[in-house]
Amino acid sequence: MTEKDYIIVVKDLFKYFGEIKAVDGVSMNIEKGKVVVVIGPSGSGKSTLLRCINHLEEPSSGEVWIDGVKMTHAAKQLNEIRAEIGMVFQLFNLFPHLTVMDNVTLAQKVIRGRSKEEAEEVALNQLKRVGIPEKADAYPSNLSGGQQQRVAIARALAMNPKIMLFDEPTSALDPEMIKEVLDVMLDLAQEGMTMVCVSHEMGFVRSAADEVVFMDFGKVVEHTTPEGLFNNPQHDRTKLFLSQILEH
Amino acid sequence: MAEQPQAIKPVIEFDDLSSKKSLRDLPWWFFALILIAIGVFVVISSNENYNDAFVFIKAGLAITIKTTLIAYVIAILFGLMAGLGRISKNVVINNLARLYVELIRGIPILVLIFFIAFVGVPVLVDLINNFGLWLSGLGLDFFGSIFMVITNQDISMNSRAIIALAVTYGAYLAEIFRAGIQSIAKGQMEAARSLGMSYGQSMRFVILPQAVRNVLPALGNDFVAMVKDSSLVSVLAVRDITQVARLYAGTTFRFRESYVTLAVLYLTMTVILSLLVQLLERRLRAHD
Repeated sequence: MTEKDYIIVVKDLFKYFGEIKAVDGVSMNIEKGKVVVVIGPSGSGKSTLLRCINHLEEPSSGEVWIDGVKMTHAAKQLNEIRAEIGMVFQLFNLFPHLTVMDNVTLAQKVIRGRSKEEAEEVALNQLKRVGIPEKADAYPSNLSGGQQQRVAIARALAMNPKIMLFDEPTSALDPEMIKEVLDVMLDLAQEGMTMVCVSHEMGFVRSAADEVVFMDFGKVVEHTTPEGLFNNPQHDRTKLFLSQILEH
Repeated sequence: MAEQPQAIKPVIEFDDLSSKKSLRDLPWWFFALILIAIGVFVVISSNENYNDAFVFIKAGLAITIKTTLIAYVIAILFGLMAGLGRISKNVVINNLARLYVELIRGIPILVLIFFIAFVGVPVLVDLINNFGLWLSGLGLDFFGSIFMVITNQDISMNSRAIIALAVTYGAYLAEIFRAGIQSIAKGQMEAARSLGMSYGQSMRFVILPQAVRNVLPALGNDFVAMVKDSSLVSVLAVRDITQVARLYAGTTFRFRESYVTLAVLYLTMTVILSLLVQLLERRLRAHD
């Protein structure tokens, strides 16, 4: 198989921040429709890896291919490729000066060239999908964290992306709001969306993940299935991490 | 300039008036200001000399307001460009913007007004003329002549005054815009970029609307400061209220009437404008 057969290909990816090696030679291939969850202790480089996939962080070396197109050093196509990759952030990053509707329609109009009516129809459908169409005219500051994150997901989905990246989407949420966001993600996974998630929600790993990547010190320690991870972890570091997070 | 003299910046707490606070907390200074204003207006309307001075001097109001407004609009454009330049990752653009800001801020406005009017503009006109000459030398007489039509005399002192104020305030506004843009969380730019927007699109649709809103009060304060600094253009014999007041004083020897009237005119403008800025600030805060 070559770069063309996978929707995401990461080859020998390195990312330095000054002296610090955040990502230390990561390679992985992700097939279309797979849900990959990246776990690991804080500072293990999992968020940086995710941000390198859509080049919010420019890799120091290595390559990223998206759907058969080399993204690295493709300055001109970068924005086009990014439009195909939805991203959901830990802190939601909704645009506070715009209503929910405008948040979801802005990029559709600017990038996809959709008319206002068209964009609003798409937006309303996506807002229905995440369960809050009634908040279309609200401003982000009037929404709960869980609602904001669901709008952020709708905003990304409205661009009809091929891939969705989730960067700790539930880490900034109150416990009672985590479920509403995970439910939306679970639906999305079942619909066949290719997803790469940095998350510590082991319930989500069990119920939705096809593959799990365990990272530590910028390296992939283990790339396995959820069963493999929980029942038969290969490395001591993985076992230690699992024992720490599954203890309570 | 960017720093506001406190005396002219009324910080009236309307809440203080409505809530039951002690007399100590009332803005007495503001009442005093109003009293002074009323007193002066009574004098102006009842005293023939003051009335005469007022009628004469207020003829310069149109120039003062026009000069300030036009210069401010241009300064906003300069400031926005330089502010964006200051945060640009392009080394050349970044350093050019920095050079502009530091150069201007290191020179007193009065000196800048002389410099731009008597050095900057003539040199620029010379450059344009020489460019036309060079074009003609290449055989492009038609295009060359376009650049040679303009002469130093064509540019009025009023225009030079506007250019000088705009260039000067552009540098100060640049820092306001820069601070405003940098006050927006990094995640906003990342979210916009992740949706496929270019840097420019992200700035235009996501960052600048938020940044400008945040700096509106600061922009308003600089407008008030500019109204005051516009008095400096009188050194170019631009007939703004300061120049007209000087003329009036020089011909009638009524110095007291001239300068009291002049001061009151400025004070009236700045107090009203400052109040408007305050209201704006209050409304923006209420929306947060």
